[in-house]
Amino acid sequence: MPVIDLANPTRFLAIVNRALPWLIAVTVILFAVGLFYAINAPDDYQQGATVKIMFLHVPAAWLGMLGWGLMSVAALGTLVWRHPLADVAGKAAAPIGAAFTFICLVTGSLWGRPTWGTYWVWDARLTSMLVLLLLYFGVLALYWTAEEPGRGARAAAILSLVGAVNLPIIKFSVDWWNTLHQPASVFRMGGSRIDPALLTPLLIMALAFTLLFATLHFAAMRNEILRRRVRSMRLMQAQELHA
Amino acid sequence: MMSLGPHADFIVAAYAVTVFVVAALVAWVVLDYSAQRRVLGDLEDRGVTRRSQRKAG
Repeated sequence: MPVIDLANPTRFLAIVNRALPWLIAVTVILFAVGLFYAINAPDDYQQGATVKIMFLHVPAAWLGMLGWGLMSVAALGTLVWRHPLADVAGKAAAPIGAAFTFICLVTGSLWGRPTWGTYWVWDARLTSMLVLLLLYFGVLALYWTAEEPGRGARAAAILSLVGAVNLPIIKFSVDWWNTLHQPASVFRMGGSRIDPALLTPLLIMALAFTLLFATLHFAAMRNEILRRRVRSMRLMQAQELHA
Repeated sequence: MMSLGPHADFIVAAYAVTVFVVAALVAWVVLDYSAQRRVLGDLEDRGVTRRSQRKAG
């Protein structure tokens, strides 16, 4: 099947309806395996059992950033090609990305208190991640408050592209500035610095959370397509009443 | 029984918050889907169709 067929909302709905049960099943299995490994993972020699928070915090951070990256690509589709599915994808990703960014900030704070002695510091990594959450709130406000959906979509797309500047700042903040947050330890030149006994559950949990994101995103896109159909049918009904 | 050490409260709180937020996301998606399906069904029962359906018909 040509990839362009996916851009047809009706065809997209048919594919999502077929794919969602499989996605849900694989996600549940991966979470079961990941949590088993996470529960049985050894304590860190410095952080003790609090290292188990890493299995939530790190995937949530990745997905908070992935969500915004996805919205930025969708914004190009909205502004350049004016494709309706691009806006559907961007709008559906916003609340999910915001939720994962929120999880990242809260779990990071709960991890920081026992390891750093504080819930929060205004260092570059934490602050740029908080800025990402505020940007998500901005996009959601544009979508939810626009009287005309098309204008809201264009404004949200512009903010998505502008906000993409924050992604490299988050990623490299630990290298560019002196931060309390540790530098990259999973994906770095020279390989991971994490012991395989902790890296394995982390990667399985990251894969499980990524599939959860994909599942929620496809389901939210399906809802958004249905919502637009409802809107279109109500407009048709109103036009007929006034004709 | 797994021991979470002296900072068990922080670990349990982190997992509880994550479960709560993920559950809220799942509930939002599921409830929104059933709401949209219900409204679409009501409109179709009243004979309202989309423009593309009329063209096809």
